[in-house]
Amino acid sequence: MATILAVDDSASLRQMVAFTLKEAGHDVIEAADGVAGLEAAKGKAADLVISDINMPNMDGITLVRELRGLPDYKFTPILLLTTESSDEKKQEGKAAGATGWLVKPFDPEKLMATIKRVLG
Amino acid sequence: MTIDISQFVQAFLDESFEGLDLMEVELLREEALDREQVDAIFRAAHSIKGSAGTFGFAAVSEFTHGAETLLDEVRDGTREMTVEIRGLMLEAVDRIREMLVAARDGGEHDPARVAETAERIEAMLASAHGRVGAADAAPAAPLDAPPAEATPASGGETTPGEAEAASPGNDGAWEILFEPAPTLLASGNDPLRIFAWLAELGELGVHCETAALPALAALDPEQCRLRWRLTLEGAVAENDIREAFEWVEDQCTLTLTRTASAPAATPDTGTRTAVEDKVATGEAASRSTPAGPAAPTVPTPATPSPATGGRPVGANGAPVERRADAASIRVATEKVDTLVNMVGELVITQAMINTIGHSAEELDARAVDQLRHGLALLERNTRELQEAVLSVRMLPINFVFSRFPRVVRDLSATLGKKVNLKIIGEETELDKGLIEKLVDPLTHIVRNAIDHGIESPERRRAAGKPEAGTLVLRAGHQGGNIVIEISDDGGGLNRERILEKARAQGMAVPEQPSDRDVWQLIFAPGFSTAETVTDVSGRGVGMDVVRRNIEAVNGRLDIESTPGEGTRLTVRLPLTLAILDGMSVRVGEEVYILPLTAILESLQPTPEQLHTISGRGRVVRLRGDYIPLVPLHDLFDVPATYQRPEDGIVVVVESAEDRAALFVDELIAQHQVVIKSLETNYRKVPGVSGATIMGDGRVAMILDVDSLTRLHGTVH
Repeated sequence: MATILAVDDSASLRQMVAFTLKEAGHDVIEAADGVAGLEAAKGKAADLVISDINMPNMDGITLVRELRGLPDYKFTPILLLTTESSDEKKQEGKAAGATGWLVKPFDPEKLMATIKRVLG
Repeated sequence: MTIDISQFVQAFLDESFEGLDLMEVELLREEALDREQVDAIFRAAHSIKGSAGTFGFAAVSEFTHGAETLLDEVRDGTREMTVEIRGLMLEAVDRIREMLVAARDGGEHDPARVAETAERIEAMLASAHGRVGAADAAPAAPLDAPPAEATPASGGETTPGEAEAASPGNDGAWEILFEPAPTLLASGNDPLRIFAWLAELGELGVHCETAALPALAALDPEQCRLRWRLTLEGAVAENDIREAFEWVEDQCTLTLTRTASAPAATPDTGTRTAVEDKVATGEAASRSTPAGPAAPTVPTPATPSPATGGRPVGANGAPVERRADAASIRVATEKVDTLVNMVGELVITQAMINTIGHSAEELDARAVDQLRHGLALLERNTRELQEAVLSVRMLPINFVFSRFPRVVRDLSATLGKKVNLKIIGEETELDKGLIEKLVDPLTHIVRNAIDHGIESPERRRAAGKPEAGTLVLRAGHQGGNIVIEISDDGGGLNRERILEKARAQGMAVPEQPSDRDVWQLIFAPGFSTAETVTDVSGRGVGMDVVRRNIEAVNGRLDIESTPGEGTRLTVRLPLTLAILDGMSVRVGEEVYILPLTAILESLQPTPEQLHTISGRGRVVRLRGDYIPLVPLHDLFDVPATYQRPEDGIVVVVESAEDRAALFVDELIAQHQVVIKSLETNYRKVPGVSGATIMGDGRVAMILDVDSLTRLHGTVH
């Protein structure tokens, strides 16, 4: 079972993601923005990071860039949560080093299917 | 695995209402908005849109999309945040709130209103209004608008390949040449995961080409130097394959070839299965995709396209059974941590006391000492735990105050007045239950202050005052109370007019009334001095209701006013609804609790201080004032130890209207008591506001000083 870091300023989405992943048997670390996410990532090496893009203090794209600079996160899958209209953000995220994305709105099934793409 | 997402709907609603409040606060700022503020507004809208879709509120998501698009244009500097855009966004906030409230309460919102606002947003998006570097055009004139650019994407993002992506026949296979860029691994992508995905679509053959692999000495393990030839048999759509490579399309060269018949491929027995090279037949066109972001392989969105017209119909949210505002509370992690720590301490102390109890057959002096120490600890722990638990229910009063900038803005615009609102102490915390009950009375007071208090700019100028009036909302702690002041620098209460009205309405008016007496008249049911009944106030709900509401939460409402200078209303509230700071007093065998806030002083009167005044009964003379003596044993008809006040104690209490000297046998102690409702457990009793259970298990009545003095008044 994997350790997954879930970063989102929206408590409801974060709870939904965390709950779904925990039900699937994963360990979940939650963080409410990029700064807290980075802090949590340094505290414990996660096997996967799922992050929102638009967040206060530090956005998801900066978080990806920061994470890729950490030795523990060089190859760690990092998924960004985007909205269907933000193609630009997907590319920006990719350029920063994100692995892929999960398009909002999504449900637990879609989340699990996406997780499977990176965790197997 | 099935997850019921409705369990997160509550959190979604909470955070969305919070987001809407934030948008409103920022949009209502007097000054121009800076980048950070615009960002915060955008983020709130963006967040609502994203989550609404996820939790099944498609109409909300669709509607919010337009607002978000407009805000995004402001954010990226394409458009200015004009007054009109601010207004429109405030309107959008109202619509979103209506939709969410309807979803929360299981009601319906007004689709026509929503559609109307959505259309206005569309028109704004299509217009050049506020556009940086463009001539300002009226938002309602979309004909002048520059073409298309600003219109949000209509329809889903379609891919060129989509139309022809119908499932190919069963008897074919895909040949896939996958040449990743060396940096592929650094994005966290793993070719093997992609192959695992493909293997779920059909029969997969994998052949790895190692030709580009450098010698071991020169090998950089972080770089991907391999390329793969894959065969995928079966009826697999091209788009499905491209989807598997979606995340790496800018980091690879991908060549897809459809062959007509199944090649005699070896089944996938590992990652290095050799597969015969096949020659593409004439009928299968070879489509090669250049690498890079231009690759036309965006997946078809699974959801309906973003709003173009925005015509939501009905409240199509997931039904929410409970009323949201009562159902949950968001608590700072810090507070929860404190609670957890406190409980930990409590458990340790409990264990400690337990050990003493078990270890000593008979308690010796040392054990008794330890036990005392343990009990003292337990007492402290309990008190701290109580405080911590109570603080969980505490919210900053800003939850009420934050609505007032909007109220003041809208109302002063309606009335043609200029009003500056100052908010002080908005971080003051009080009980969530109190906050909810304060919304209506405070709103009423604020509306009154603007409607009746603050004068028109002309009148203010004539009086030598600045044109804009000032309304101050101030919250803070005072003693054990929360004090909220609403003061204006308007014309003040008009003594003569109030008296005139009161007489005209047939109210009892005392002779030569003091200011205090006159102001009390305002709180009489049905009283209104407004000459014209405006839309704003004077709609029947008077100050009497405001006062009743505040008294219902053990609060007090006072009023002070100076002609020409303004009026100040002061609301005094207990910190919480659940706990009362009280003084226990004894009358015979009975124990009563007096709210500490009502007590002015306690004394043992001398016989010289006691008088009987005709018409007023017995009074206590205190520093020149005569205070009515109220023997509690008379009022409640219980036997008392002392019959003469000079043998017992009198407690001077202050009610909203008057003061009274309560005659009791003895003061016992000051303590915090947990309030139990008498009404829910028994029935309403005059003079009593509730009950509590004392340390020895006895029930004590908590006295309601206001109704006690009234009760005494009716007796005499």
